[in-house]
Amino acid sequence: MAEKIVTDKASVTAPSTSGNVIAKYLPVYFALLAIAGLEIFLAYRNFSILTLMVILLVLAICGAALAVMYFMHLAQERPSLFLSLIPATIFVLFMMNAIWTDSFRLLHMKPFAH
Amino acid sequence: MSESQVAVHGHGAMMEASPYAIPSRKLTMWLFIISDAVTFGACLMAYGYLRTASTDWPTPFKFYPSILNVIIMTFVLITSSLTMLGAVDAAKLGDKAKTTRFMWSTIFLGALFAGLHLREWLGLIGEGVRPFHNPWGSPLFGATFFSITGLHLLHVVSGVIALFVIWRGYTRGTLTAGHVETTGLYWHFVDLVWMFVVPMVYLLSIQR
Repeated sequence: MAEKIVTDKASVTAPSTSGNVIAKYLPVYFALLAIAGLEIFLAYRNFSILTLMVILLVLAICGAALAVMYFMHLAQERPSLFLSLIPATIFVLFMMNAIWTDSFRLLHMKPFAH
Repeated sequence: MSESQVAVHGHGAMMEASPYAIPSRKLTMWLFIISDAVTFGACLMAYGYLRTASTDWPTPFKFYPSILNVIIMTFVLITSSLTMLGAVDAAKLGDKAKTTRFMWSTIFLGALFAGLHLREWLGLIGEGVRPFHNPWGSPLFGATFFSITGLHLLHVVSGVIALFVIWRGYTRGTLTAGHVETTGLYWHFVDLVWMFVVPMVYLLSIQR
C-alpha cells in the first residue's frame, strides 16, 4: 500500500517498491498496447460506421480507465478524489452529448425532418 | 471549519487540511486535466457526430503510411508513459541520475511522437488537404482533422517543454519530486487523449 505524505515542500505518494515501478506497471502497459492493437484489427472488419465507432469508443474508455487508475495513480488516492472528479466529468460529457445530435440534420439539410 | 481540522505550522498561516490528502499543486493539475478532458471530449463528440452524419466523409488513411505511422506513434506515446512512471518513482527515491535518464527518455519519445505527427500532417498536406478543402469529400474533414490532432500535438509539445523545465529545476534542487509527479500526471493525460484520437479520427476513416 502506498502511504500519503503531505508537507509544505513536497507531497508525494510514497512508493511501496524501491525503483521497480516499470515491472509493476508492465501488465498495464501491455494491456494498453493490446487494446490499441485490437482497435486497429477491428477497424478493418466490416462493421457499419456507427457500430465500429461504439466498439472503438468502448475499447478507448477501457484503455483510458486503466491509464487514469494506474498510470495516474487515481486508484491509490482517496476515494473522495475519484468521486469528486470522475462522475462530474462523465455527467458534463453526457450533457454535451445531448446537443451534438443536432448535427444529424446534415443528413436531410432541414430541421425536424419526418 | 472546526479547530481540529486546522493545522498550524510555526508562525505560518493557519491551513485547512486537504480533504483529498494531496497538495494543492496536484489538485490543480487534476482540475486542469478534467477541464482539458471536457474540451477534448467536446471536440471528439462533435467529430463523431459529423463523421457518422456525413455521407461523403473522406477515408484517406491507407495502412501504409498513415495507419502504420499511427501504430508507431501509439507505441511511442504509451512507452513514454512508462518511462514517465520510472522518472516519478526515481524522483521520489531522490535518485537524480535515474530521474534524468527516465525524464530524457520521455522527452525523446515525446519529441519523436511530435516528429512523426508532423510527418503525417505533411503527407496529408502534400495530398491537397487543407483546413477548408480536400480533394475527396466533405470540406469539414480538414478542419476537424487539423484542429483535433493539432490541439493534441500542442499538448505534446507543451509537455516536452514542461518536462525539460521540470527536469532542470529538479536536478538543480529548485523543484521537488512533487513537481515531477504533477508533470507526470499531465503527460499521462496526453497519452490518454491519444487513445481517443486514434479510433475517432484515424480508424473511422481508413481506406479499404
